[in-house]
Order: sequence, then C-alpha cells, then structure tokens
Amino acid sequence: MSWTRTILRVDLTNGTCAPEPLNMGWAMKYLGQRGLATKYFVEETDPKVDPLSPDNKMIMATGPLTGTCASTAGRYSVITKGALTGAIACSNSGGFFGNEMKNAGYDMIIFEGRAPNPVYLLIQNDDARLLDASEFWGKSVWDTEEGIKAKHQDPLIRVASIGVSGEKGCKFACVVNDMHRAAGRSGVGTVMGSKNLKAVAIRGTLGVAVDDAPRFLAAADAGKKVLADNAVTGQGLPTFGTQVLMNVINETGALPTRNSREVQFDGAKDISAEAMAEKRVSDGKANLITNAACFACTIACGRVSAIERTHYTVAERPQYQVASGGLEYEAAWALGAATGVNDLDALTFANFICNEQGMDPISLGATVGAAMELFESGAIGTAETGGIELRFGSAEALTQVTELVGLGEGFGVDVGLGSKRLCEKYGNPDLSMTVKGQEFPAYDPRGIQGMGLTYATANRGACHLRSYTVASEILGVPEKTDPLTTDGKAALVKAFQDATAAVDSSGLCVFTTFAWTLDDIAPQIDAACEGSWSTDTLLEVGERIWTLERQYNLDAGFTGKDDSLPKRLLKDAAKTGPAKGLVNGLDKMLPEYYQLRGWTADGVPTNETLQRVAL
Amino acid sequence: MRITVKLYALLGRYLPPGSKDNQTELEVDDGTTPAAVMRRLALPPEQCHLVLINGLYVPPGERDRQALADGDALAIWPPVAGG
Ligand code: SF4
Repeated sequence: MSWTRTILRVDLTNGTCAPEPLNMGWAMKYLGQRGLATKYFVEETDPKVDPLSPDNKMIMATGPLTGTCASTAGRYSVITKGALTGAIACSNSGGFFGNEMKNAGYDMIIFEGRAPNPVYLLIQNDDARLLDASEFWGKSVWDTEEGIKAKHQDPLIRVASIGVSGEKGCKFACVVNDMHRAAGRSGVGTVMGSKNLKAVAIRGTLGVAVDDAPRFLAAADAGKKVLADNAVTGQGLPTFGTQVLMNVINETGALPTRNSREVQFDGAKDISAEAMAEKRVSDGKANLITNAACFACTIACGRVSAIERTHYTVAERPQYQVASGGLEYEAAWALGAATGVNDLDALTFANFICNEQGMDPISLGATVGAAMELFESGAIGTAETGGIELRFGSAEALTQVTELVGLGEGFGVDVGLGSKRLCEKYGNPDLSMTVKGQEFPAYDPRGIQGMGLTYATANRGACHLRSYTVASEILGVPEKTDPLTTDGKAALVKAFQDATAAVDSSGLCVFTTFAWTLDDIAPQIDAACEGSWSTDTLLEVGERIWTLERQYNLDAGFTGKDDSLPKRLLKDAAKTGPAKGLVNGLDKMLPEYYQLRGWTADGVPTNETLQRVAL
Repeated sequence: MRITVKLYALLGRYLPPGSKDNQTELEVDDGTTPAAVMRRLALPPEQCHLVLINGLYVPPGERDRQALADGDALAIWPPVAGG
C-alpha cells in the first residue's frame, strides 16, 4: 500500500481488458504516476513510433497518494508520445477522475492498439468493459460526460473524454475530466482520438488503503496546517487564483505579448484576477463567481466564471450563459496577451470552448498569436483564413477561430496544427514561439532568464510546470533570485526539475510546493506507502525520472540542438520594462546545466550518470 | 514630486475611493521611500510581500532606504503565486 498493486491493460484492437499485477520493483524506483508510467511506457514502446500509430501506447496513471486524504491528492497523468511534439508527454490533471480510478482498484490503465470503431471504457470496480461510443462520437466533452452519466443512470461516474478537436486530429487536443479539468499539454487527447477512444468512465467504491494509518493521518494533517497557515496557499491562491500573476508578470516586463513581439501588454489590467473580481457596471455582477477545489484539496485555486449575458459571444446562445470553468493565468495569457485581446468575456468564452471541445488553451492562444502575425505580415490573407480579419487585438477573430479549431473546420484545421507546423507551412518558421514543437507559456525568458533554460530543456517541450523558477525569480519562493541574470540559474532549474518530477509522481498537486518542500511531502508518502521515503530518496527518484525522460527523447531522435529557444528570444531584445535591452542568455546557462546533470557537451547522459541514477 | 502607486490583490482596498485599474497618483516629498508610502497608506507590513519600483524588486531591507524619483511606479502585492 498505498498502490493498489493492479494495472488494467486495455487492448483496443482486440477489445479486451485484463488486470495484471503492478511491477513493485519499478514502483520503488519510480514512485507512481509520471515516473512509474514513463518507465512502463519506455519499456513497452519503440521510441521511434509515430505518435498516432496504433503502436503508440497511452497510459493513465495515478500516484500512490491519489485517493488518500492528503491535501490535493486527486491527481492523475496521461503519459504517451506527444502528438504535438514527438517527445515524451506527461500531462497532469486534477478534478475527481484520478481519485475514482484509484478507488476502482487501479494504479494505472495502459491503452494499446486502436479500436476498429469508436469506443469508451466503462469501469465499475473490477468490471471493465469497452462499449460502443458511436452515439458520443462527434459530441463535445460536455455532452459526452452528461450522456454517459445519463446512459448508465449514475451521476457519480467520473468521465475523462476528448472533444471533437481530438477526434479530428487537432495536434493540441487534451483529455478533459469533470467538465473543465484537463490533462492539457502536448496533444495527449490527439493520441486518444487516434485510438478511437472517446472516453473513460469510472465508478470506484473500493477505498484506498495506506500503510500506517495513524501516522499517515498525522502527516496529512500537519501538511494541511502548513498549507492553511501559508499566505499563498491559505489566502492568495483561493481568493485570486493563479490569475493574480497577470499584473505581476506584466509589471516585471516578462509577459509575452502579441506573439512575443513585446514583453508588456497594455491590456493586462483588463484580463487580470482583479478585473475578474470587479463588478460590472451593466449588471452589477463580476466575471468570477466563486473558487473551486479538486478532490481532497484544501487550497481551492480553481475559478468558476460566467459571461455577461449580453456579450456578443453568448447573447444568442443560452447554453453558454452558465457558470463554468473560468480563466487560469496561463489560459488568460495565451488567449489574451499572446493575441493582444483584452476583452475578458471573449477570453472566458474561448476558454469555455477549449474545455467543451478539449483543447489546450496555451497552445491554442499561442498559435492564434502566431497566425495573427502571419496575417499582419502578409504571409497569409483572408483567402487562407476563410475571410477572417485575423488581426492582433480582435476578440471576434479569436473567438471565431477558437470555435473552428474546436470543430476541426475551415481555418481551424490550420491552427490545429500548432504554431510550429503552421508557421512552417506558411514559410515563416521563426515566427513560431515553440521548443520541441510545443508553444511556450506565459513567462518571457528575456525578463525571467531561468525560464529560458526551463523551456529549452523541458522534456515535454516548452513548459513552465517542469521547473517553475518564477517562484524564486519573481515571487521569492523559497528564496528570491534576480530574474535578469543567468547566474546560478542552471542549478536552480535542475533543482526544480528533479523535485517537481517527484511531486508529479506522488498524486499531489504541484501548487502545494508554494508552501510545502519535499520535507513536508516525504513523511506523507512514507506513512502511506511501503518502503522508505525520505526527501533524499524523492530527489533521487526525481533525477532518475528526469534522466529517463531525457534518454527516451534522445532515442526518439532529439539531440542537444533541440535544447534551444526561438530566435526572437535570443536575438531581439526586450523593448520595454526592466528587461529592456536584454535577450535570453541561454548560451551562458546551458553548458553549466549539462555539466551539473552529468551530461556530455552535446547533452547526452554519460555512462557514469546513468549508473549513478540507477538507470 | 508625483509617483504612481499600484496596489494589487487584497491590497486594492487600501487605494483611495474611486481609484481605477488598481492605481493612483500620489504627491510625495523628494526622497520618499517605499516604506514611507506604505505607512502613509496604512498598508499592513506583513501584507507587503512583493514590492517593485518600475518593475524592479526592492528587497525588504531596502524598502526604507531606496528613494523614489519623480514619475516612478511603486507596485505592491501581498503573498501571491500562480502557475
Ligand atoms: S491547488 Fe488548484 S489545481 Fe491544485 S488540486 Fe487544488 S484546486 Fe486543483
């Protein structure tokens, strides 16, 4: 315990579902979720596999703490080879689905092959069946989730599904559970769609056992007290959500704006957490209705929003005049600053559509931003966009294109390629703000230098959640470093990467680490699980996972040359703000980073390193 | 001299009534420090976590030493985080 010690293997080609024992030797080395599923994935698939071929596999995995009463312990991840990137993909989601999977008795579900016709997987504890999904194919995430619950007459079934975008091959489709929680990045939903798997529906009632219950309850309680007493996790995140960063990052001159042509957005104030909380003059209501929590979470950073009923996006469409998943910082940045749009309700609508049709709002917004630059530079015109005047700042263009991508229609097919393929298709590869094919998120590496190294080396392509040095460089957690210098950033990035890999493998939410260190997490894992789990063990596990992912990418054909950044960030200096005159100093950080990792000058782990991390 | 003061998140309530976009202009004496402005606006010190002048971080020990200049923007946040 606290693993269920059981995996469900689903052969979609032959329509079979079979339980098998978890490899406990691997669990002791890779913990769970991100680490353990990556180990299974690497062992079972050819690294050269086409992400959309039946030979690619997709794993849904919980961590050992998932389903326990530790705070935030409801997470699961989707691990596969990413459709967007061709690199190892691991996308993490909250909500309630992960808890349900664990309670049905499974640590992970491995999907292999491709179903001849659309199917969904229904799990009720040890009863697992593939069922015909033809009635749900072509439907949105929202309709699918409601439809499955109605069909089986059980509102407590938890559903993770893809929308139409994932069926139609949009490269950044995600897997959405509980209506608006997503395993968002790298195109894991695209892989699910390629397997003709519409949804996974689970009802689990078996409970989750821990190793030493009294000690675990004490450790979990102590952890909750730390979260409650901390000003960020106890007050800041529940009240303002992640969106409170909009004005912070804009003020520090690190808000990538209009496809990263600028680093500050004059409209940031209109799309910020403060703007979401402000009552409108017209109807006296605010965009933000309330906050919300995932399973077992005592932070509750989630946003629930509603759009003003007279807004052009919903005035004639009552189905969107509802309270639904509101803007998080990343989504607000991508849909707003990256496109130059400052209409809060238009961004909220685009976010609703991302949830409804299962799209990653970061990749979507960043790709629309790139398309707007292609349009304004004349590389594409209304002939390509189907008549849409795709200019920076146009809310109408943003929402129109978002709906087209969601349905895989018209110019939405082009935008659904993601920014790299789109910019290549139209002859301007340098306009794509991506690393390893993945759009980078809401922090400009000219204003936050460590994030340049973070994006360049992230194993799943550009990503902030692999080493969130913003915590240190801007927010001062655990200690303040200067965002404008490259000094010390190689060690900072490595430390964040290793610790985060361990947290991502535990079943806990990474947002706990604004208050918790591994010293708070290790006792909870140690009490819940067999084996001995200290902070040092977790750091070792984290480094092992990082190296395993790296090795997979190298075997897949990536090289050190892919640890780079778009030219714009390396050549075009920031024009305003504290970083004015600066580019990202990746060349100063990368060699030191390779050295700290024990990799060659070309970014390949040496044999000694592989031995040291026990790979 | 005049400076712009920006107060965000829960500190917004300390702005003068009628302030827009979480900011206000203040007339202050030459050589005024961030700490002096914080006292003048009655900001609880423990809520002043992130203090920036023109986007540049002012460490806690510098807040009663660093002098503001005419036209500066002083921005302050309570403990916040995101992702
Ligand atoms: S902190 Fe936010 S994202 Fe993390 S588990 Fe809690 S509500 Fe979900």
